[in-house]
Amino acid sequence: MSKAPQGCCTVSGLVKTYRAGGTEVRANDGIDLAVRRGEIFGLLGPNGAGKSTLVRQLTGLLRPDAGSIDLLGHDIVRHPERAARLLGYLGQESTALDELTVALAAETTGRLRGLTRRQARTETVDVITELGLEPLAHRPLAKLSGGQRRLACFAATLVGDRPLLVLDEPTTGMDPVARRAVWSAVDRRRAERGTTVLLVTHNVIEAETVLDRVAVVDGGKVIACDTPGGLKALVDGHVRLDLVWRHDAPTEVPAVAALADRAERTGRRWTLRTTPDEARELVAAVTTGPAFAALDDFTLATPTLEDAYLRLGGRHGGLAR
Amino acid sequence: MMRGVVDPGDNPSAHAVVSGSAVLVVAFVALNLLAQYFGKLRHTGGLDHYATLPVPPASVVLGTAAAYASFTVPGVFVTAAAGSWMFDLPMGRLWILLAVIPLAGAALAGLGAALGLLAPRQELATLAGQLGMSAALLLGVLPASRLPVPVQWLRDLLPSSYGVDAFALTFAPQPDWARVLLDLGVCGAVGLGSLTLATWAYRRAAR
Ligand SMILES: Nc1ncnc2c1ncn2[C@@H]1O[C@H](COP(=O)(O)OP(=O)(O)OP(=O)(O)O)[C@@H](O)[C@H]1O
Ligand SMILES: [Mg+2]
Repeated sequence: MSKAPQGCCTVSGLVKTYRAGGTEVRANDGIDLAVRRGEIFGLLGPNGAGKSTLVRQLTGLLRPDAGSIDLLGHDIVRHPERAARLLGYLGQESTALDELTVALAAETTGRLRGLTRRQARTETVDVITELGLEPLAHRPLAKLSGGQRRLACFAATLVGDRPLLVLDEPTTGMDPVARRAVWSAVDRRRAERGTTVLLVTHNVIEAETVLDRVAVVDGGKVIACDTPGGLKALVDGHVRLDLVWRHDAPTEVPAVAALADRAERTGRRWTLRTTPDEARELVAAVTTGPAFAALDDFTLATPTLEDAYLRLGGRHGGLAR
Repeated sequence: MMRGVVDPGDNPSAHAVVSGSAVLVVAFVALNLLAQYFGKLRHTGGLDHYATLPVPPASVVLGTAAAYASFTVPGVFVTAAAGSWMFDLPMGRLWILLAVIPLAGAALAGLGAALGLLAPRQELATLAGQLGMSAALLLGVLPASRLPVPVQWLRDLLPSSYGVDAFALTFAPQPDWARVLLDLGVCGAVGLGSLTLATWAYRRAAR
Protein backbone atom coordinates (compact mmCIF):
# COMPACT_ATOMS: atom_id res chain seq x y z
CA MET A 1 0.00 0.00 0.00
CA SER A 2 2.46 2.60 1.19
CA LYS A 3 5.66 3.06 -0.78
CA ALA A 4 7.92 3.22 2.27
CA PRO A 5 6.77 0.68 4.88
CA GLN A 6 8.59 2.56 7.62
CA GLY A 7 6.95 5.89 6.75
CA CYS A 8 4.15 7.31 8.83
CA CYS A 9 3.65 10.62 7.17
CA THR A 10 5.08 11.68 3.83
CA VAL A 11 4.51 15.13 2.44
CA SER A 12 5.81 16.37 -0.86
CA GLY A 13 5.61 19.62 -2.75
CA LEU A 14 2.96 21.01 -0.45
CA VAL A 15 1.76 24.49 -1.38
CA LYS A 16 -0.92 26.50 0.39
CA THR A 17 -1.80 30.10 -0.33
CA TYR A 18 -4.29 32.12 1.71
CA ARG A 19 -6.29 34.73 -0.14
CA ALA A 20 -7.78 37.32 2.15
CA GLY A 21 -9.09 40.53 0.63
CA GLY A 22 -6.70 41.57 -2.12
CA THR A 23 -3.56 40.07 -0.55
CA GLU A 24 -2.09 36.62 -0.96
CA VAL A 25 0.02 34.84 1.62
CA ARG A 26 1.97 31.79 0.48
CA ALA A 27 1.99 30.09 3.87
CA ASN A 28 3.46 26.79 2.60
CA ASP A 29 5.78 27.09 -0.35
CA GLY A 30 6.78 23.59 -1.47
CA ILE A 31 7.19 21.56 1.72
CA ASP A 32 8.74 18.07 1.67
CA LEU A 33 8.76 15.98 4.81
CA ALA A 34 9.06 12.31 5.77
CA VAL A 35 8.19 11.29 9.31
CA ARG A 36 9.04 7.69 10.25
CA ARG A 37 6.91 5.42 12.38
CA GLY A 38 7.52 5.71 16.09
CA GLU A 39 9.38 8.97 15.69
CA ILE A 40 8.91 12.13 17.74
CA PHE A 41 9.25 14.74 15.05
CA GLY A 42 9.26 18.47 15.66
CA LEU A 43 8.48 21.51 13.56
CA LEU A 44 10.41 24.53 14.70
CA GLY A 45 10.21 28.01 13.26
CA PRO A 46 9.30 31.64 13.86
CA ASN A 47 5.77 33.04 14.08
CA GLY A 48 4.01 32.96 10.77
CA ALA A 49 6.46 30.42 9.30
CA GLY A 50 3.59 28.18 8.19
CA LYS A 51 3.78 25.41 10.82
CA SER A 52 0.10 25.41 11.77
CA THR A 53 -0.87 25.65 8.12
CA LEU A 54 1.20 22.53 7.46
CA VAL A 55 -0.30 20.46 10.27
CA ARG A 56 -3.82 21.60 9.46
CA GLN A 57 -3.39 20.14 6.00
CA LEU A 58 -2.13 16.85 7.43
CA THR A 59 -5.22 16.61 9.62
CA GLY A 60 -7.51 17.11 6.63
CA LEU A 61 -8.76 20.47 7.92
CA LEU A 62 -7.27 22.47 5.07
CA ARG A 63 -7.02 21.51 1.45
CA PRO A 64 -3.60 22.05 -0.13
CA ASP A 65 -3.34 23.98 -3.39
CA ALA A 66 -0.74 21.50 -4.63
CA GLY A 67 1.32 18.58 -3.38
CA SER A 68 0.62 15.24 -1.78
CA ILE A 69 0.13 13.92 1.75
CA ASP A 70 0.39 10.26 2.63
CA LEU A 71 -0.59 9.14 6.14
CA LEU A 72 0.05 5.44 6.80
CA GLY A 73 -0.71 4.64 3.18
CA HIS A 74 -3.75 6.89 2.84
CA ASP A 75 -3.90 9.79 0.38
CA ILE A 76 -5.15 12.63 2.58
CA VAL A 77 -5.46 15.16 -0.22
CA ARG A 78 -7.97 12.93 -1.98
CA HIS A 79 -9.61 11.57 1.19
CA PRO A 80 -9.25 14.21 3.90
CA GLU A 81 -11.94 12.52 6.02
CA ARG A 82 -9.64 9.53 6.60
CA ALA A 83 -7.25 11.60 8.70
CA ALA A 84 -9.75 11.58 11.58
CA ARG A 85 -9.37 7.80 11.95
CA LEU A 86 -5.59 7.88 11.84
CA LEU A 87 -4.60 10.71 14.12
CA GLY A 88 -5.36 12.58 17.29
CA TYR A 89 -5.04 16.33 16.87
CA LEU A 90 -4.48 19.06 19.42
CA GLY A 91 -4.99 22.41 17.72
CA GLN A 92 -3.10 25.57 18.61
CA GLU A 93 -6.31 26.92 20.11
CA SER A 94 -9.17 24.80 21.24
CA THR A 95 -12.44 26.11 22.55
CA ALA A 96 -14.65 23.25 21.42
CA LEU A 97 -14.72 21.62 24.84
CA ASP A 98 -15.13 24.76 26.95
CA GLU A 99 -18.61 23.91 28.19
CA LEU A 100 -17.68 20.41 29.37
CA THR A 101 -15.87 19.24 32.48
CA VAL A 102 -12.38 17.84 32.05
CA ALA A 103 -13.58 14.25 32.51
CA LEU A 104 -16.55 14.68 30.19
CA ALA A 105 -14.43 16.38 27.52
CA ALA A 106 -12.06 13.43 27.47
CA GLU A 107 -14.84 10.85 27.61
CA THR A 108 -16.89 12.53 24.87
CA THR A 109 -13.86 12.76 22.62
CA GLY A 110 -13.18 9.07 23.20
CA ARG A 111 -16.79 8.18 22.38
CA LEU A 112 -16.62 10.22 19.19
CA ARG A 113 -13.45 8.30 18.31
CA GLY A 114 -15.54 5.14 18.45
CA LEU A 115 -14.90 3.83 21.97
CA THR A 116 -17.70 2.19 23.92
CA ARG A 117 -18.93 4.08 26.97
CA ARG A 118 -17.06 1.72 29.26
CA GLN A 119 -13.79 1.98 27.30
CA ALA A 120 -14.07 5.76 27.15
CA ARG A 121 -14.63 5.94 30.92
CA THR A 122 -11.69 3.67 31.70
CA GLU A 123 -9.32 5.50 29.36
CA THR A 124 -10.46 8.86 30.69
CA VAL A 125 -9.72 7.87 34.27
CA ASP A 126 -6.31 6.52 33.23
CA VAL A 127 -5.33 9.62 31.27
CA ILE A 128 -6.55 11.98 33.99
CA THR A 129 -4.45 10.12 36.55
CA GLU A 130 -1.46 9.96 34.23
CA LEU A 131 -1.50 13.73 33.71
CA GLY A 132 -2.25 14.59 37.34
CA LEU A 133 -5.59 16.18 36.45
CA GLU A 134 -7.63 14.47 39.21
CA PRO A 135 -8.29 17.65 41.22
CA LEU A 136 -9.70 19.35 38.11
CA ALA A 137 -11.60 16.41 36.64
CA HIS A 138 -15.05 17.73 37.47
CA ARG A 139 -14.54 21.38 36.64
CA PRO A 140 -15.62 22.89 33.32
CA LEU A 141 -12.77 23.80 30.99
CA ALA A 142 -13.98 27.38 30.63
CA LYS A 143 -13.29 27.90 34.34
CA LEU A 144 -9.69 26.65 34.28
CA SER A 145 -6.46 28.61 33.86
CA GLY A 146 -4.79 28.70 30.46
CA GLY A 147 -2.22 26.02 31.25
CA GLN A 148 -4.76 23.78 32.97
CA ARG A 149 -7.10 24.02 30.02
CA ARG A 150 -4.29 23.16 27.63
CA LEU A 151 -3.46 20.07 29.67
CA ALA A 152 -7.13 19.07 29.71
CA CYS A 153 -7.32 19.39 25.91
CA PHE A 154 -4.17 17.31 25.65
CA ALA A 155 -5.86 14.67 27.83
CA ALA A 156 -8.83 14.61 25.43
CA THR A 157 -6.42 14.18 22.50
CA LEU A 158 -4.97 11.03 24.09
CA VAL A 159 -8.27 9.18 24.72
CA GLY A 160 -8.96 6.67 21.95
CA ASP A 161 -5.64 5.30 20.80
CA ARG A 162 -4.29 6.67 17.54
CA PRO A 163 -1.12 5.65 15.67
CA LEU A 164 -0.25 9.32 15.07
CA LEU A 165 -0.53 12.35 17.35
CA VAL A 166 -0.37 15.82 15.83
CA LEU A 167 0.17 18.46 18.48
CA ASP A 168 0.33 22.17 17.71
CA GLU A 169 2.33 23.81 20.52
CA PRO A 170 1.09 21.37 23.17
CA THR A 171 2.89 22.85 26.18
CA THR A 172 2.16 26.54 25.60
CA GLY A 173 1.26 28.21 28.88
CA MET A 174 2.12 25.17 31.01
CA ASP A 175 4.23 25.10 34.14
CA PRO A 176 7.25 22.74 34.34
CA VAL A 177 5.29 19.98 36.10
CA ALA A 178 2.57 19.97 33.45
CA ARG A 179 5.15 20.05 30.67
CA ARG A 180 6.93 17.08 32.11
CA ALA A 181 3.60 15.21 32.34
CA VAL A 182 3.00 15.90 28.64
CA TRP A 183 6.44 14.72 27.54
CA SER A 184 6.34 11.56 29.61
CA ALA A 185 2.86 10.76 28.30
CA VAL A 186 4.16 11.22 24.75
CA ASP A 187 7.22 9.09 25.46
CA ARG A 188 5.21 6.33 27.09
CA ARG A 189 2.91 6.04 24.08
CA ARG A 190 5.84 5.83 21.74
CA ALA A 191 7.55 3.19 23.88
CA GLU A 192 4.47 1.05 24.54
CA ARG A 193 2.49 1.39 21.33
CA GLY A 194 4.94 2.76 18.79
CA THR A 195 2.92 5.97 18.46
CA THR A 196 4.34 8.53 16.07
CA VAL A 197 4.24 12.15 17.24
CA LEU A 198 4.44 15.23 15.06
CA LEU A 199 4.55 18.41 17.06
CA VAL A 200 4.99 22.11 16.60
CA THR A 201 7.06 23.93 19.18
CA HIS A 202 8.77 27.21 19.84
CA ASN A 203 10.72 26.01 22.77
CA VAL A 204 14.14 24.97 21.52
CA ILE A 205 15.34 23.73 24.89
CA GLU A 206 12.38 21.38 25.08
CA ALA A 207 12.80 20.45 21.45
CA GLU A 208 16.37 19.45 22.09
CA THR A 209 15.46 17.05 24.87
CA VAL A 210 12.34 15.38 23.43
CA LEU A 211 12.64 15.31 19.68
CA ASP A 212 14.20 12.61 17.54
CA ARG A 213 14.29 14.88 14.52
CA VAL A 214 13.48 18.50 13.79
CA ALA A 215 12.45 20.32 10.65
CA VAL A 216 13.15 24.03 10.76
CA VAL A 217 10.42 25.89 8.86
CA ASP A 218 10.84 29.47 7.75
CA GLY A 219 8.90 31.48 5.20
CA GLY A 220 6.80 28.45 4.22
CA LYS A 221 9.83 26.26 3.44
CA VAL A 222 11.77 23.58 5.30
CA ILE A 223 15.23 25.12 5.61
CA ALA A 224 16.79 22.21 7.51
CA CYS A 225 15.81 18.76 8.73
CA ASP A 226 17.98 16.66 11.01
CA THR A 227 18.41 15.31 14.53
CA PRO A 228 18.96 18.02 17.17
CA GLY A 229 22.58 16.77 17.36
CA GLY A 230 22.95 16.97 13.59
CA LEU A 231 21.66 20.53 13.55
CA LYS A 232 24.00 21.48 16.35
CA ALA A 233 26.91 20.16 14.33
CA LEU A 234 26.29 23.16 12.05
CA VAL A 235 27.73 25.33 14.79
CA ASP A 236 30.34 22.83 15.93
CA GLY A 237 33.54 24.29 17.22
CA HIS A 238 31.74 27.39 18.43
CA VAL A 239 30.78 28.38 21.93
CA ARG A 240 28.40 30.95 23.27
CA LEU A 241 29.43 33.58 25.74
CA ASP A 242 26.75 35.50 27.61
CA LEU A 243 27.72 38.64 29.53
CA VAL A 244 25.22 40.38 31.78
CA TRP A 245 26.13 43.89 32.91
CA ARG A 246 25.00 45.46 36.16
CA HIS A 247 24.07 48.72 34.42
CA ASP A 248 25.42 50.07 31.15
CA ALA A 249 28.24 48.15 29.51
CA PRO A 250 31.71 49.60 30.37
CA THR A 251 32.51 50.64 26.81
CA GLU A 252 35.51 52.67 28.06
CA VAL A 253 37.32 49.32 28.39
CA PRO A 254 38.84 48.66 24.92
CA ALA A 255 38.15 44.92 24.96
CA VAL A 256 34.47 45.62 25.70
CA ALA A 257 34.25 48.43 23.15
CA ALA A 258 35.56 46.00 20.52
CA LEU A 259 32.68 43.64 21.27
CA ALA A 260 29.98 46.29 21.09
CA ASP A 261 29.27 45.77 17.39
CA ARG A 262 29.48 41.99 17.35
CA ALA A 263 27.39 41.20 20.39
CA GLU A 264 23.74 40.49 20.08
CA ARG A 265 22.11 42.62 22.77
CA THR A 266 19.01 41.85 24.80
CA GLY A 267 18.65 44.45 27.53
CA ARG A 268 21.70 44.19 29.74
CA ARG A 269 22.69 40.84 28.20
CA TRP A 270 25.28 40.57 25.46
CA THR A 271 25.56 37.29 23.57
CA LEU A 272 28.57 36.32 21.47
CA ARG A 273 29.18 33.26 19.34
CA THR A 274 32.85 32.60 18.91
CA THR A 275 35.73 30.09 18.98
CA PRO A 276 36.77 28.55 22.32
CA ASP A 277 40.17 30.33 22.15
CA GLU A 278 38.74 33.78 21.68
CA ALA A 279 36.12 33.10 24.33
CA ARG A 280 38.86 32.27 26.81
CA GLU A 281 40.61 35.59 26.07
CA LEU A 282 37.36 37.49 26.40
CA VAL A 283 36.54 35.87 29.72
CA ALA A 284 40.01 36.83 30.98
CA ALA A 285 39.47 40.42 29.80
CA VAL A 286 36.07 40.89 31.42
CA THR A 287 36.91 39.19 34.70
CA THR A 288 39.59 41.74 35.59
CA GLY A 289 39.61 45.47 36.34
CA PRO A 290 36.75 47.87 35.60
CA ALA A 291 34.98 45.45 33.28
CA PHE A 292 34.67 42.92 36.11
CA ALA A 293 33.27 45.59 38.42
CA ALA A 294 30.52 46.25 35.88
CA LEU A 295 29.83 42.57 35.26
CA ASP A 296 26.80 40.99 36.91
CA ASP A 297 27.11 37.48 35.51
CA PHE A 298 28.63 35.53 32.65
CA THR A 299 28.15 32.07 31.17
CA LEU A 300 30.15 30.13 28.66
CA ALA A 301 28.26 27.31 26.99
CA THR A 302 28.53 24.82 24.16
CA PRO A 303 26.09 25.51 21.35
CA THR A 304 22.43 24.67 21.73
CA LEU A 305 19.79 23.95 19.14
CA GLU A 306 18.88 27.61 19.38
CA ASP A 307 22.34 28.61 18.19
CA ALA A 308 21.98 26.21 15.28
CA TYR A 309 18.58 27.66 14.52
CA LEU A 310 19.91 31.21 14.51
CA ARG A 311 22.81 30.14 12.36
CA LEU A 312 20.32 28.75 9.85
CA GLY A 313 18.92 32.22 9.47
CA GLY A 314 15.68 31.73 11.36
CA ARG A 315 14.34 34.99 12.67
CA HIS A 316 15.40 35.67 16.21
CA GLY A 317 12.11 37.02 17.52
CA GLY A 318 10.13 33.85 17.01
CA LEU A 319 11.78 31.58 19.53
CA ALA A 320 11.24 31.26 23.24
CA ARG A 321 14.31 30.78 25.38
CA MET B 1 -48.36 39.39 32.69
CA MET B 2 -50.51 38.13 29.86
CA ARG B 3 -53.55 37.92 32.08
CA GLY B 4 -54.19 41.60 31.42
CA VAL B 5 -54.33 41.00 27.69
CA VAL B 6 -56.00 37.65 27.53
CA ASP B 7 -59.13 36.53 29.33
CA PRO B 8 -58.55 33.61 31.65
CA GLY B 9 -60.43 30.41 31.11
CA ASP B 10 -60.93 28.04 28.28
CA ASN B 11 -60.57 30.16 25.13
CA PRO B 12 -58.27 30.08 22.08
CA SER B 13 -56.25 33.11 23.18
CA ALA B 14 -55.39 31.55 26.50
CA HIS B 15 -54.42 28.33 24.71
CA ALA B 16 -52.14 30.27 22.41
CA VAL B 17 -50.47 32.21 25.20
CA VAL B 18 -49.73 29.17 27.35
CA SER B 19 -48.61 27.09 24.44
CA GLY B 20 -46.52 29.96 23.00
CA SER B 21 -44.72 30.63 26.27
CA ALA B 22 -43.88 26.96 26.74
CA VAL B 23 -42.43 26.65 23.25
CA LEU B 24 -40.63 29.94 23.81
CA VAL B 25 -38.41 28.21 26.35
CA VAL B 26 -37.33 25.84 23.58
CA ALA B 27 -36.86 28.75 21.20
CA PHE B 28 -34.65 30.60 23.65
CA VAL B 29 -32.24 27.72 24.02
CA ALA B 30 -32.43 26.36 20.51
CA LEU B 31 -32.20 29.61 18.61
CA ASN B 32 -30.41 32.03 20.86
CA LEU B 33 -27.99 29.84 22.79
CA LEU B 34 -27.23 27.50 19.93
CA ALA B 35 -26.58 30.33 17.47
CA GLN B 36 -24.20 31.83 20.02
CA TYR B 37 -22.55 28.50 20.71
CA PHE B 38 -21.91 27.66 17.06
CA GLY B 39 -20.93 31.25 16.28
CA LYS B 40 -18.29 31.09 18.97
CA LEU B 41 -17.19 27.61 17.94
CA ARG B 42 -16.68 28.67 14.37
CA HIS B 43 -14.89 31.92 15.07
CA THR B 44 -12.54 30.63 17.73
CA GLY B 45 -11.38 27.56 15.83
CA GLY B 46 -13.42 25.18 17.97
CA LEU B 47 -14.89 23.35 14.99
CA ASP B 48 -11.46 21.87 14.30
CA HIS B 49 -11.79 19.58 17.27
CA TYR B 50 -14.92 17.92 15.92
CA ALA B 51 -13.72 18.05 12.33
CA THR B 52 -10.73 15.90 13.29
CA LEU B 53 -12.89 13.25 14.94
CA PRO B 54 -14.45 10.48 12.83
CA VAL B 55 -18.03 11.70 13.16
CA PRO B 56 -20.36 12.90 10.40
CA PRO B 57 -21.22 16.64 10.55
CA ALA B 58 -24.91 15.83 10.98
CA SER B 59 -24.27 14.03 14.25
CA VAL B 60 -22.24 16.92 15.66
CA VAL B 61 -25.11 19.29 14.90
CA LEU B 62 -27.76 16.82 16.06
CA GLY B 63 -25.87 15.82 19.20
CA THR B 64 -25.31 19.41 20.27
CA ALA B 65 -28.88 20.34 19.44
CA ALA B 66 -30.22 17.36 21.38
CA ALA B 67 -28.04 18.17 24.38
CA TYR B 68 -29.26 21.76 24.40
CA ALA B 69 -32.88 20.79 23.80
CA SER B 70 -32.82 18.31 26.69
CA PHE B 71 -31.89 21.13 29.08
CA THR B 72 -35.18 22.76 28.20
CA VAL B 73 -37.49 19.87 29.15
CA PRO B 74 -38.01 20.87 32.81
CA GLY B 75 -38.39 24.56 31.89
CA VAL B 76 -41.00 23.81 29.26
CA PHE B 77 -43.05 21.65 31.62
CA VAL B 78 -42.88 24.19 34.44
CA THR B 79 -43.92 27.00 32.09
CA ALA B 80 -46.76 24.97 30.60
CA ALA B 81 -48.03 23.81 33.99
CA ALA B 82 -47.85 27.31 35.50
CA GLY B 83 -49.60 28.77 32.48
CA SER B 84 -52.33 26.14 32.55
CA TRP B 85 -52.89 26.82 36.22
CA MET B 86 -53.07 30.60 35.70
CA PHE B 87 -55.59 30.28 32.90
CA ASP B 88 -57.51 27.36 34.37
CA LEU B 89 -56.64 25.05 31.49
CA PRO B 90 -56.64 21.24 31.68
CA MET B 91 -53.24 19.72 32.37
CA GLY B 92 -54.15 16.18 31.35
CA ARG B 93 -52.54 16.41 27.92
CA LEU B 94 -49.26 18.10 28.74
CA TRP B 95 -47.59 14.84 27.67
CA ILE B 96 -47.91 16.14 24.11
CA LEU B 97 -44.93 18.30 25.02
CA LEU B 98 -42.77 15.20 24.80
CA ALA B 99 -43.46 15.29 21.07
CA VAL B 100 -43.51 19.07 20.74
CA ILE B 101 -40.12 19.64 22.40
CA PRO B 102 -38.03 17.38 20.14
CA LEU B 103 -39.85 18.40 16.96
CA ALA B 104 -39.95 22.15 17.58
CA GLY B 105 -36.52 21.80 19.17
CA ALA B 106 -35.06 20.16 16.08
CA ALA B 107 -36.56 22.78 13.79
CA LEU B 108 -35.36 25.72 15.87
CA ALA B 109 -32.03 24.18 16.79
CA GLY B 110 -31.23 23.56 13.15
CA LEU B 111 -32.08 27.16 12.40
CA GLY B 112 -30.05 28.41 15.35
CA ALA B 113 -27.05 26.29 14.44
CA ALA B 114 -27.24 27.40 10.80
CA LEU B 115 -27.42 31.08 11.83
CA GLY B 116 -24.40 30.64 14.10
CA LEU B 117 -22.39 28.78 11.49
CA LEU B 118 -23.20 31.04 8.57
CA ALA B 119 -22.76 34.39 10.30
CA PRO B 120 -19.61 36.04 8.99
CA ARG B 121 -18.83 37.42 12.45
CA GLN B 122 -19.38 36.10 15.94
CA GLU B 123 -21.40 39.15 17.05
CA LEU B 124 -23.67 38.74 14.04
CA ALA B 125 -24.36 35.16 15.09
CA THR B 126 -25.44 36.36 18.52
CA LEU B 127 -27.54 39.12 17.00
CA ALA B 128 -29.22 36.76 14.53
CA GLY B 129 -30.04 34.35 17.34
CA GLN B 130 -31.59 37.12 19.37
CA LEU B 131 -33.63 38.39 16.46
CA GLY B 132 -34.92 34.88 15.83
CA MET B 133 -35.77 34.66 19.50
CA SER B 134 -37.69 37.93 19.41
CA ALA B 135 -39.60 36.72 16.37
CA ALA B 136 -40.48 33.53 18.21
CA LEU B 137 -41.58 35.60 21.19
CA LEU B 138 -43.81 37.96 19.26
CA LEU B 139 -45.21 35.53 16.75
CA GLY B 140 -45.50 32.57 19.08
CA VAL B 141 -47.05 34.05 22.18
CA LEU B 142 -49.61 36.38 20.62
CA PRO B 143 -52.72 34.54 19.41
CA ALA B 144 -52.48 34.09 15.66
CA SER B 145 -56.05 35.15 15.03
CA ARG B 146 -55.34 38.63 16.40
CA LEU B 147 -52.33 39.31 14.20
CA PRO B 148 -52.53 41.30 10.94
CA VAL B 149 -52.49 39.09 7.86
CA PRO B 150 -48.90 39.81 6.65
CA VAL B 151 -47.64 39.03 10.14
CA GLN B 152 -49.60 35.79 10.06
CA TRP B 153 -47.70 34.79 6.93
CA LEU B 154 -44.47 35.50 8.76
CA ARG B 155 -45.75 33.39 11.59
CA ASP B 156 -46.38 30.53 9.18
CA LEU B 157 -42.74 30.68 8.14
CA LEU B 158 -41.44 30.22 11.65
CA PRO B 159 -41.05 26.52 12.40
CA SER B 160 -41.97 26.87 16.06
CA SER B 161 -45.45 28.12 15.17
CA TYR B 162 -46.52 24.61 14.23
CA GLY B 163 -45.35 23.31 17.56
CA VAL B 164 -47.27 26.10 19.30
CA ASP B 165 -50.41 25.32 17.30
CA ALA B 166 -50.20 21.60 17.92
CA PHE B 167 -49.83 22.15 21.64
CA ALA B 168 -52.59 24.80 21.74
CA LEU B 169 -55.03 22.43 20.02
CA THR B 170 -54.70 19.87 22.79
CA PHE B 171 -56.31 22.25 25.28
CA ALA B 172 -59.64 21.88 23.51
CA PRO B 173 -62.11 19.55 25.25
CA GLN B 174 -62.18 17.32 22.16
CA PRO B 175 -58.80 17.90 20.45
CA ASP B 176 -58.70 17.60 16.69
CA TRP B 177 -55.95 14.95 16.72
CA ALA B 178 -55.65 14.92 12.96
CA ARG B 179 -54.68 18.58 12.96
CA VAL B 180 -52.35 18.09 15.90
CA LEU B 181 -50.58 15.36 13.96
CA LEU B 182 -50.50 17.48 10.85
CA ASP B 183 -48.93 20.38 12.73
CA LEU B 184 -46.41 18.09 14.35
CA GLY B 185 -45.70 16.58 10.95
CA VAL B 186 -45.00 20.00 9.45
CA CYS B 187 -42.81 20.79 12.44
CA GLY B 188 -40.86 17.59 11.93
CA ALA B 189 -40.46 18.20 8.22
CA VAL B 190 -39.23 21.73 8.82
CA GLY B 191 -36.92 20.31 11.49
CA LEU B 192 -35.46 17.87 9.01
CA GLY B 193 -34.98 20.71 6.55
CA SER B 194 -33.36 23.03 9.03
CA LEU B 195 -31.03 20.32 10.34
CA THR B 196 -29.99 19.59 6.77
CA LEU B 197 -29.29 23.28 6.32
CA ALA B 198 -27.27 23.31 9.54
CA THR B 199 -25.28 20.28 8.43
CA TRP B 200 -24.49 21.95 5.16
CA ALA B 201 -23.49 25.11 7.03
CA TYR B 202 -21.26 23.04 9.30
CA ARG B 203 -19.49 21.40 6.37
CA ARG B 204 -18.99 24.78 4.80
CA ALA B 205 -17.67 26.33 8.02
CA ALA B 206 -15.34 23.43 8.83
CA ARG B 207 -13.57 23.74 5.49
N1 LIG C 1 -6.86 31.85 7.82
C1 LIG C 1 -5.86 32.60 7.32
N2 LIG C 1 -6.11 33.54 6.39
C2 LIG C 1 -5.12 34.28 5.87
N3 LIG C 1 -3.83 34.17 6.21
C3 LIG C 1 -3.50 33.24 7.13
C4 LIG C 1 -4.50 32.42 7.74
N4 LIG C 1 -3.89 31.61 8.63
C5 LIG C 1 -2.58 31.90 8.57
N5 LIG C 1 -2.32 32.89 7.68
C6 LIG C 1 -1.00 33.43 7.33
O1 LIG C 1 -0.20 32.35 6.88
C7 LIG C 1 1.10 32.43 7.40
C8 LIG C 1 1.44 31.16 8.16
O2 LIG C 1 0.58 31.05 9.29
P1 LIG C 1 0.66 29.84 10.31
O3 LIG C 1 -0.47 29.98 11.23
O4 LIG C 1 0.80 28.59 9.55
O5 LIG C 1 2.03 30.16 11.07
P2 LIG C 1 2.73 29.41 12.28
O6 LIG C 1 4.05 28.95 11.80
O7 LIG C 1 1.84 28.40 12.84
O8 LIG C 1 2.94 30.61 13.33
P3 LIG C 1 2.84 30.64 14.94
O9 LIG C 1 4.16 30.20 15.43
O10 LIG C 1 2.61 32.08 15.25
O11 LIG C 1 1.71 29.77 15.34
C9 LIG C 1 1.15 33.70 8.24
O12 LIG C 1 1.71 34.72 7.46
C10 LIG C 1 -0.29 33.99 8.54
O13 LIG C 1 -0.49 35.37 8.66
MG1 LIG D 1 0.85 28.17 14.63
